Amino acid sequence: MARALVNIPPKAKRGEVITIRTLMSHQMETGFRYSTTGAPIPRDIITTFIATYNGEEIFRAELFPAIAANPFITFTTVATESGTIELTWRGDNGFAASEQATITVE
Amino acid sequence: MSPMRCAALLAGLLIVASAIAGASEDLPREKQRSSYDDMAPATRAMQDADTDNPGMLWVLDGEALWRAKTGSAARACADCHGDAKQSMAGVAARYPAFDAKRGGPVTLEGRINACRVENQNAQTLAYESRELLALSAYLALQSRGKPIAIDEKKLGETIAAGRDIFRQRQGQLNLSCAQCHDQHYGGKLAGNTIPQGHPNGYPLYRLEWQTLGSLQRRLRNCLTGIRAENHAYGSRELIALETYLMWRARGMSMESPAVRP
Repeated sequence: MARALVNIPPKAKRGEVITIRTLMSHQMETGFRYSTTGAPIPRDIITTFIATYNGEEIFRAELFPAIAANPFITFTTVATESGTIELTWRGDNGFAASEQATITVE
Repeated sequence: MSPMRCAALLAGLLIVASAIAGASEDLPREKQRSSYDDMAPATRAMQDADTDNPGMLWVLDGEALWRAKTGSAARACADCHGDAKQSMAGVAARYPAFDAKRGGPVTLEGRINACRVENQNAQTLAYESRELLALSAYLALQSRGKPIAIDEKKLGETIAAGRDIFRQRQGQLNLSCAQCHDQHYGGKLAGNTIPQGHPNGYPLYRLEWQTLGSLQRRLRNCLTGIRAENHAYGSRELIALETYLMWRARGMSMESPAVRP
């Protein structure tokens, strides 16, 4: 179950700076740890986060093993036009999740 | 023995007696303070906004589990209890509760598992499993802002047993819970503020754990910290401590799922 909490303002004025806050449920296993029997625990992290606004990429982040579990990513953008903001997370072991929200710009 | 020495000895005894009496008082209600008030503004903000609080990820899972049919009875929690927002409002604030059938206390996790076995014909869920944390977080959320109210008439014996454990010096460090959390709260331990240790936000997301955890996990942490022999999850001792702590926090409002450093 890949759960995400996303906060995107549903309405904004044209040219307004809006803040987008995202929280993705993921254990972010570093790959540096060992199990109680001494076997290495393989890395399992989110590697990429991409945000698009009406199909155009507006934000991208690369994630590394030092990032805590359930990564919280927040960024700002300028509300230019009404449309869809889509957020995509990709990671190890074929992890893929996406969320989208519509924004009305007046 | 001269009268002078006798008087001095008596005075000494009185001081010792009053020190013991002082230690045997429960934390007064007017001094109760949630650890929330000692947190950094950033951590508080994390708890306050539902879209920033990682505990809400478990709540989402819990909501799905509440509606999912499970066990050989193919029955969902919602089939009997309906909408948790109404049926479960304020319930978690009353746990551990007295269970007439067992004649003893039952924790919220214990109640969920009992309900699974008796009414859903399902397996019990392990402590700290994602599912049990999700369900207990979802239930505890329905009590957010509600005052903690333990049935002290029926649970008197359990509260007393928990109080005894709370005051018992134990472990290689020979410390009792009360020494830190009743007598030295607000002080520092390795750079951290010592909290009063109220259970008003469980299950809660601890940044140190990077996950949600139950009160019993926290209690076991503390016991490890004082290098004491630990109690198993769901053991009589931990349930007694949990009951005493909830009683000690009576009247405080629930914050579940809280965030703590």
